[in-house]
Amino acid sequence: MSASELWRLSARALAERVRGGKVTPAAAVESGWEGPGAAWEADVRAVAHADTAARARGAEAVRSGPLQGVPVLVKDNLCTTDYLTTCASKILAGYQPPYDATVIRRLRAAGAVVTGKGNMDEFAMGSSTEYSCYGPTRNPYDLARVPGGSSGGPAAAVAYGLCPVGLGSDTGGSVRQPAAFCGVFGLKPTYGRLSRYGLVAFGSSLDQVGIFARHAGDVADTYAALAGHDRFDATTRGTPAPDVSRWDAGVQGMTFGWPANLWKEGVDAAVVEALDEAAAALERAGARRVAIEFLPGEFSVATYYLVATAEASSNLARFDGVRYGFRHEDSPDVRALYTRTRSEGFGPEVQRRILLGTYALSAGYYDAYYLTAQRARTRIRREYEAAFARCDFMMLPASPTLAFKLGEKTENPLAMYLSDIFTIGANLAGIPGLTVPMGLAKANGGPALPRAVQLLGPDDAEPRLLAAGRALEARGEVARIGREHETEFAWPTRR
Amino acid sequence: MTITRDEVKKIAELARLEIPEARIERMAGELSAVLDFAGALQRLDLEGCEPSVFAPADAPLREDALDDRRLSQSAALAAAPEAEQGFFLVPPIVENLAP
Repeated sequence: MSASELWRLSARALAERVRGGKVTPAAAVESGWEGPGAAWEADVRAVAHADTAARARGAEAVRSGPLQGVPVLVKDNLCTTDYLTTCASKILAGYQPPYDATVIRRLRAAGAVVTGKGNMDEFAMGSSTEYSCYGPTRNPYDLARVPGGSSGGPAAAVAYGLCPVGLGSDTGGSVRQPAAFCGVFGLKPTYGRLSRYGLVAFGSSLDQVGIFARHAGDVADTYAALAGHDRFDATTRGTPAPDVSRWDAGVQGMTFGWPANLWKEGVDAAVVEALDEAAAALERAGARRVAIEFLPGEFSVATYYLVATAEASSNLARFDGVRYGFRHEDSPDVRALYTRTRSEGFGPEVQRRILLGTYALSAGYYDAYYLTAQRARTRIRREYEAAFARCDFMMLPASPTLAFKLGEKTENPLAMYLSDIFTIGANLAGIPGLTVPMGLAKANGGPALPRAVQLLGPDDAEPRLLAAGRALEARGEVARIGREHETEFAWPTRR
Repeated sequence: MTITRDEVKKIAELARLEIPEARIERMAGELSAVLDFAGALQRLDLEGCEPSVFAPADAPLREDALDDRRLSQSAALAAAPEAEQGFFLVPPIVENLAP
């Protein structure tokens, strides 16, 4: 394979070549920028901050490890000492963190190279990557459509080939939904398994760092490198993280829940088709389908938009123009400084959510909204526990639709929120979820769009979710058929 | 609407945000739509459901001691919009202090 084709390799195959001395880390990192980066980035705009000198330094400093020489685009809300970290917000303009997030430190310790910072919805609030101060990222399969969000930049970059692995964050589906729209794997780990130290906080009881890759094995290798206790994040669990090394072990004898009541209406036919095909493929691979009834997702969305906004209104109080980022000029007193800085520095969706959260927490409404939502959360968690008493994992859509058009939902916040209807429950319950790409839907008067299914499991079910994801990948039910875990698949059509 | 114009102004003040007069009506409508939607929770049977508090059951307590992280004064101030003589600089907080 020539140097210019290295970007086609899986992370696993690329790291193997770098370890064996066949490929330099610099060549491994630059291949994605020179090939697909040159062809796509100007249109897709997946990257918020790039720096060729920082990349070169990163490639020079590569350590030996399982991800040796593997380039990773990380979402712009993860603190990095070698790139700006702005959460795609004007209020953090020019912010250079003095430390690396724990997951970034672990990436580097495993040999990976941070290849840049991925675009996102401002402060991870959005489902389309349209609410970025840098402008929207576009879906590489159809530039008129969104890549999903809020981690749309890393999802799109992994999809078009800039890098084999990306990191995002998932507070209500922000890894799993863009993974579905861009046709890649996207894992939200169990709450408490990946450190959030250095992840700019949005909803602290919901936030998890998540992983994008084009192959299930690459998700597993990255998870193994990142997961585990961190003394700088008190919410990380002290017990050893689950062992995902048997991601290729198959699904023989497993049972999966099939909550078909959830997609009786309001779900695209192409999404239902993907579910039917995936379920049939798992059955052929030796798994058994169990019909279950599940609580409609509307309750999760309602709960989420009270809990997440309440936590956000508190977390985002720290942005006041004093210690970092943007400051409004010429304020007569400190109170005006806070108000003017925040009103000019935060975009409209962030302001909307801060207001909603402030209201939900305010005197007189706390019981009716926030407390009710916290109780509903307990109810939702019990629903999952009951479901997982009957199956090893469940299958459901990652999103009710395929990628939607730019501008389609920006004028209607509630419609945007409802695009997370299948992903939000996992954050409320703290359980892991994996989006598995299922190839392309039939073209419908435009370019063919990716479709996907989502797998959810109980706490620490990452090994079986990855094994099921791999089973779907290996059996050719996704367009990207694994040949020694490194194969080519349906890249977005060349322009 | 669930939220009135005056309530939008009041919570904006609490959150240190200034919503332009021309946008208040629309904001009240958007927030009301979400809150009305959240009203669905009233239909959910919450009998016996205590509020979730999301700390892991095995979250350990740590010693209240210094760890090995250090942030120098210059590094702490490096990202500040304005700093002077080792301090963050802000406009007056209290006015007319007698000399």
